[in-house]
Amino acid sequence: MTSWTEGAELPVRAFRVTRADLVRYAGASGDRNPIHWSDRVARSVGLPGVIAHGMYTLALAASAVDSWAGAPGRVRELGAKFTRPVVVPDDDSGAEVVVTGTVRAVQADPAGRLVTVAMTVTSGEEKVLGMPKASFLVETDEEGRG
Amino acid sequence: MAVQATLAGRTFPPTAPYDVTAERVAEFAAATGTPYADGDPAPATFPIVVAFAAMQQLMTDPEVGIELHHVVHGEQRFAYERPVRVGDRLTAELTVDSLRQIGGADIIGTSSAVRDSDGSLVCTARAVLVHKAGDEEGEQ
Repeated sequence: MTSWTEGAELPVRAFRVTRADLVRYAGASGDRNPIHWSDRVARSVGLPGVIAHGMYTLALAASAVDSWAGAPGRVRELGAKFTRPVVVPDDDSGAEVVVTGTVRAVQADPAGRLVTVAMTVTSGEEKVLGMPKASFLVETDEEGRG
Repeated sequence: MAVQATLAGRTFPPTAPYDVTAERVAEFAAATGTPYADGDPAPATFPIVVAFAAMQQLMTDPEVGIELHHVVHGEQRFAYERPVRVGDRLTAELTVDSLRQIGGADIIGTSSAVRDSDGSLVCTARAVLVHKAGDEEGEQ
């Protein structure tokens, strides 16, 4: 059971991103920019190769937040800067994205408690999101009667 | 060329209504490795689908002067009133909050109000778009 106290480290979440995921995301999100599926176009604009959508990486962070919150739909705020691209090679293993979180604040809220988390999101040891942050609701008594 | 100086403060018309279906949400969740079961709310970043449509409107408006292939998504933030659910019919109305020039780039701060069919706010999606015009090829 997670203890919602300031400074608590949350379970590390790791994700694999392949070219197939990016193609799927392009369709699902409507962002069909070819730098996310064509090496030729990506290189023509100075990138080392196809990169993940910034929003794809943020979606992985959101998935980590849901897992910490214990259920989807509890997020009140979510955001980050897109500071460094996640290069996704054209192979079966793709790129790894790792999300960690530290509790920064726990506040009383009419609907429970509002937890604010500072994250780090890395790929190949490098931070790919700037100041990723989220806040989400947890129930007042997690061990709960209920 | 820099973007239109009068852009700051401008609000664009709302996007065409977008129907949130179980299939669309399931596909978005599957694409992002997010667990999803029937009846669950949509993944937290799902509203980007309508917010992105609003940004496209800004970026393709000929009066604004943005060169689409020179735009980088610099930052994205969401503030939620409630989660998106299957059955919602969403629109996004984008306002340009700020416009700055830094080192030859236009830094465009936007916020899109994502509303349901009652007109109630579902979330606010804030994006920073970085537009580097003119520094074509040449650089490296």
